[in-house]
Amino acid sequence: MIAFIPLYAFFRKIPVYESFVDGAKDGFSTAIGIIPHLVGMMVAISVFRASGAMDFLIGLAAPLVQWLHIPPEVLPLGILRPLTGTGSLAFTTDLIKTYGPDSMIGRIASTIQGSTDTTLYVLTVYFGAVGIRNGRYALKVGLFSDLVGFAAAIFICLLLFG
Amino acid sequence: MVNKIWLGMLLIGFGFAAYKGDINLVTKAAFEGAETGVTVCFGLISVLVFWMGIMRLAEDAGLVAKISKLMGPVVRFLFPDVPKNDPAMGYILSNMSANLLGLGNAATPMGIRAMQELQRLNPDKTSASPAMCTLLALNTASITLIPTTLIAIRNTYHSANPAEIVGSTLLATAIATLAAVFADRWYRRRTPYPPVPPAGAANSAPPPATRSASAGWGEGT
Repeated sequence: MIAFIPLYAFFRKIPVYESFVDGAKDGFSTAIGIIPHLVGMMVAISVFRASGAMDFLIGLAAPLVQWLHIPPEVLPLGILRPLTGTGSLAFTTDLIKTYGPDSMIGRIASTIQGSTDTTLYVLTVYFGAVGIRNGRYALKVGLFSDLVGFAAAIFICLLLFG
Repeated sequence: MVNKIWLGMLLIGFGFAAYKGDINLVTKAAFEGAETGVTVCFGLISVLVFWMGIMRLAEDAGLVAKISKLMGPVVRFLFPDVPKNDPAMGYILSNMSANLLGLGNAATPMGIRAMQELQRLNPDKTSASPAMCTLLALNTASITLIPTTLIAIRNTYHSANPAEIVGSTLLATAIATLAAVFADRWYRRRTPYPPVPPAGAANSAPPPATRSASAGWGEGT
């Protein structure tokens, strides 16, 4: 892919270098732009975790999810993911940092974060842009597919890496 | 919603620390969290800059347009009520292609353009049309080929194989997308359209402003 795309672009007579740099600028501004979001969320998660509140909540849900062979640590991610992209990204990063990227928790968190989108954000931006106030069943469909994606991510990871 | 969760996490954390009698814990954890946030972002810069450069090449070279063409029949099936040669179709196609390639930043403007075109076709300007709901469903569950950001983070934390999640992510998003399409179709059949406008619909509330980025960075990564 790294070789094919530039070569293809070259034969289509695209100024490859200029085009690359142009897009790359967006990557830079994206990375810089998420710093405040990530810092804000990381602070809250870090406090929440360090105080023992996280362990307490996980402890409550543990018996049920353990019965389903789901690592309870990934549960908060399922709630956070549709609400906030950066928030769940921060949470995923925290899980990867704590348990390691190649642990089952790390893999499941990576897959969940990589799948599904921030439903509420997409809904707000897309409908907000055209002044739709009644989204009808769009939110239900979005959240339903988030739930399916969450379950599928866990199931597939347990199957592939288990 | 996000406001409440954020404040809630801070306050509950504060409460637990106070209960333990170790309030300094909060300050220490807060600074550690802030540091992690910045470190992660800097780790992301290299990968994001590189891939977004490559993806821009793909877009400029017409690869996005090519995928659009291939997906034509699928899109006509998903959006039966959009006229075949309507400009809305073009924007829907580019939005879906950009999502497929993981071009989050390019997908959002195209999605908004598509929404605007669908709004032109929409008889009730305050309620979402079925086509709008379908477009939204596809965007919230968008199939992801390369989860760039996640690979970058896994790389930062020395994963033996940062890209091993590509397969699982692709499968999970495919399943989520199928679920979204089925749910959308199901609701579409059950919901009569156009809906009867509620009695008080005539009161002219100001149109909601575009509330962008406040909810965070929610592109299809």
